[in-house]
Amino acid sequence: MAATTTTSTKSFVQQAHATRERVMGIVFLVLAIAMYWLFANGVDSALVSTFGLNQGQVPAADRLPDWVIPSSGTVTLLAVLSAAMGGYQLARGFGRLTNVILGIVALSFIFTFLVWATRDQSINLAGMLKTAVLRSVPLTLGALSGILCERAGVVNIAIEGLMLGSAMMSTLVGSYILSQCGPADVPSLCTTYQVHLWGGLLAGLLTSGLLAFVHAVLSIRYKVDQIISGTVINIFSTGMTSFISSKFMQQIPELNNVGVFKNWPVPVLSKLPVVGGIFFDSNIFTYGTYILLVVVHVALFYTRWGLRVRAVGEHPKAADTLGINVFRTRYVNVVLGGLMAGFGGAYFTLGSVGRFEELMTAGRGFIGLAAMIFGKWTPFGAFGSSLIFGFADSLQNKLALLRTPIPSQFLLMAPYIATMIALAGLVGRAIPPAADGQPYEKQ
Amino acid sequence: MTNTSRLQTIVRPALMPALAMFTAFLFGSLVIVFTDFAVLEAFKNFGSQPGAAFSAAWTAISTAYGSLLEGSLGSLGQIIAALQSGDSKEIIDAFYPITESLVAATPYIFAGLSVAVGFRCGLFNIGAEGQLFIGAICSVWAGFALKGLPAIIHLPLALLAGALGGAAWAFVPAILKAKTGAHEVINTIMMNYIAFRLSEWLLGDKGPLKEPSSANPISPPIEVSAELPRLFPDPIRFHLGFFVALGVAFVVYWFLFKTTFGFEIRTVGANPNAARYAGMNITRNLIIAMCLSGALAGLAGANEVLGVNHNLAFAFSSGYGFDSIALALLGKSHPFGVVLAALLFGTLRSGTTRMQSVARIPIDIISIIQALIIAFIAAPAIIRAIYRLKEAGEGEGTVFTRGWGK
Repeated sequence: MAATTTTSTKSFVQQAHATRERVMGIVFLVLAIAMYWLFANGVDSALVSTFGLNQGQVPAADRLPDWVIPSSGTVTLLAVLSAAMGGYQLARGFGRLTNVILGIVALSFIFTFLVWATRDQSINLAGMLKTAVLRSVPLTLGALSGILCERAGVVNIAIEGLMLGSAMMSTLVGSYILSQCGPADVPSLCTTYQVHLWGGLLAGLLTSGLLAFVHAVLSIRYKVDQIISGTVINIFSTGMTSFISSKFMQQIPELNNVGVFKNWPVPVLSKLPVVGGIFFDSNIFTYGTYILLVVVHVALFYTRWGLRVRAVGEHPKAADTLGINVFRTRYVNVVLGGLMAGFGGAYFTLGSVGRFEELMTAGRGFIGLAAMIFGKWTPFGAFGSSLIFGFADSLQNKLALLRTPIPSQFLLMAPYIATMIALAGLVGRAIPPAADGQPYEKQ
Repeated sequence: MTNTSRLQTIVRPALMPALAMFTAFLFGSLVIVFTDFAVLEAFKNFGSQPGAAFSAAWTAISTAYGSLLEGSLGSLGQIIAALQSGDSKEIIDAFYPITESLVAATPYIFAGLSVAVGFRCGLFNIGAEGQLFIGAICSVWAGFALKGLPAIIHLPLALLAGALGGAAWAFVPAILKAKTGAHEVINTIMMNYIAFRLSEWLLGDKGPLKEPSSANPISPPIEVSAELPRLFPDPIRFHLGFFVALGVAFVVYWFLFKTTFGFEIRTVGANPNAARYAGMNITRNLIIAMCLSGALAGLAGANEVLGVNHNLAFAFSSGYGFDSIALALLGKSHPFGVVLAALLFGTLRSGTTRMQSVARIPIDIISIIQALIIAFIAAPAIIRAIYRLKEAGEGEGTVFTRGWGK
C-alpha cells in the first residue's frame, strides 16, 4: 500500500512538472500572439517610437542621441522571438532556465506595450528605468527579508506590517529630532550631519526589528500558525501606524516632515553612459540594497553560518542533532529579516517622499514576497524579479503622459496582477525550504 | 452535579475568548493612556503628584470606554426615562444606539461566516474585503439597472448578484490554489487591491457605474424594490438583513455539520492527507469552500448597499473584511460563535464613532485591539501564562493554514 502511494505521488509530481512545462510553453506562445495582435496589428509601419536615453541633468556634451526604433517592426520581431521560445519550450523545454525565459518574455511583453504606446511619440526610457530601479528597492529588501526568514524555516507574511511600522516610526522620530534642531538656516547637527535622518532610520529599524521579534516569539515559542502570526503583525501595524498618524502626525505638521537622504553619485560609475544615471546616482537605500544583496548571497551560500541556516530551514531535526541551536537560528534570522524589511520601509519615507501617509506601503511587502518566490528564494533571483515588478510599477507614471486608451486604474493593477501570475506560474516549480512554515518541536 | 457540568460546558469554551478580549482591551487602554496629552503632562510631575497622574490616566480610559459603551448601547437612564414617558420619539432616540449596533453587526455576521468557512477547509481568506466590494458592486448594479420588477423577485435577485460577485472574485485565488498551489493569502490580498482599483475606475470620472448627475464618486440609487426593508421608523436603520444574516448563519451551520459536502470540507481542512486517502476530491472541495466563502463576503457587501446605503460610494466598506478575521477566530470558526462575535464587534464598531468624537481617539484603536485578540486566541499559552491557568485538554485547537503550495 505504502509503496504504491509513493510511486503514484512520484508520478503525480512528474506529471505536474511536465504539465507545467507545457503550460509555460503555451503561456509564451499566447503572450507572443498577444504582443503581435495587440501592439503590431494595424500600426502604420512608418511610425517610429522614440526613447530618450538621458536621465536627469546631463551636460550637453555628454547627451546621448535618442533611440529611435520602428514601432511595428520591433514588436513583430519580439513577438516572433517569444513565439520561438514558446516553440522550443514545448518541443524540448528550457528546464531550469524556464523562470529566466519567462522573465524575458514578460519583459518583452511590457516593452512591446511601451513601444506601441509610444508610437509616433517619445518617452524618456532612461527616466523610466531609473524609476523602475527605485521602485524595486523596497521590493528587493522585502524579498531579502523573506529569504532570511524562510531559509530558516519561518514564513514571514508580516513584511508589509514591518515596513509600515518602520516607515511611520522613522518619520516620527526623524521629524522630532529635526524639530529640536532649530531653524534650517542655522548650522546644527541636523544640517551638517543629518542626525535626524540617521536617527529616524535607526528608530525605523528598531521598530521593525521589535515587530519581527514578536512574530518570532509567537511562531517559534508559542507555535502559532505562522500565517496567522504574520497577519496579527500586519493588522497591529496597520492599526498602530494609522492611530499614531491621526493622533499626532496629522495634528502637528512638524512631526511629519523629515526630508530625504540626498543623492550621492558614485564617483566613477555614475559617469557611465545610461547605466550610470540609472544605477549609481541614488541615495543610500539603493546602494544599501546592492550591498545587502551581495552580503546575504555570500553569507547564505558561502559561509558556515549560511549552511547552518539552510540546514535549519530544510531539516531542523537533523540540524539539532548536529548541535545547531534551531530556535536561536530562527530567532536571529527573523529579527535580521525584520531589520531588512525595516530598511525597506524607511525607504518609503526617508528615501522617497520625506513624510508618512497612512497605508503608504500599499501591498509592496506582499509583492516583495512574490518576488522572493519568483526568484526561488535566492537574493539575486529576487532582485531580478523585483526589477520586473518595479518596471511594471513604473509604467503607470509614464503612461499617464501618453495617449493610451487604458484608464490609469488598470495600469495601477499591473503589479498586483503580475504578482499573481508569478505565483501561479512558479510556486509549484520553485521549491521552498522543506521545513518552511513548520514550528519546531524539540524532543 | 449535573448543574455544574452543564455550566462548565457553557463557560469553558467561552473562557479563553473572554479572557483574550479582556486582555486585549487592557492593552488597548495602555495605548490610550500613553498617547493622551493630558496623561503625558500629568506623568511629567509623577514624582510630586502621583495621584494626579493616575487620575488623569483613569479619566482618559473611562472617557474612552465610557463613550464607546454609550455610543454602542445607549445609556440605561435614557432608555428607562423614555419608556416611562411613553413618547415614541424619545423611545426611538433611546434605542437608536442599540439598533445601530445591530446594523453594524449584520455585515460582520456574513463576513465572519465567510472567513470561518475558509478556516474550516484550511483556507485563509484574507480577501473578504475585496469580495465584499465586488459583491456590493454587483448587487448595486442589479439594484439600479433592473427596473420594474416586484420586490419579491428584485430583492433576492440583487442579493444573489452580490453573492455571485463575491464567489467569482474568490474563484480566482481558489482555482490558482487548487491548480498551481499558489498560496491564497497573497492572492486574496492582491485581489483586494485589484478590487479597490476596479471600484475606483467604476465610480471614477466617466466610470460606468457613476451617477452622471453627481460630482462625487457615487453610484445611482437602487430601486426601492431592491431595498432590504427597514423595520422601524426613521432614523432607525435596522433592516431585514439582520434576520437574513441569522438565517444564513443557520444554513451555513447545517451545511457544514449536517451534510456530506460540509463533512468533506471539514475533513479536507482538518487533514488533507486523510481526505485524499478517503477518496475525497481535494481540488473540488477547496474550490467549493473558497467560493462559498466569497459568496458570504459578497452578501456582506450586498447587505450594506441594499439595506443601509442604498447606493455605492467609493471606499464604503472600511475594513469589515479584515475585522472578520479576528471575529471568525473569536467565534472559533463556528457559525453560532461567529454570530455572537459579530454582535460584539458590531457593538464595538458603532461605539467607536462616538469614542472618536467624544474622546478623540482614532478609530484605528479597534485594529490594535483586534490584532491582540487574534494573537491571544491563536496562542492560548500566553493567556494561560498571564492568568496562571492550567493546561486545557482537547477542544482548544487553534486554526491552522498550510505553508506555500503544500
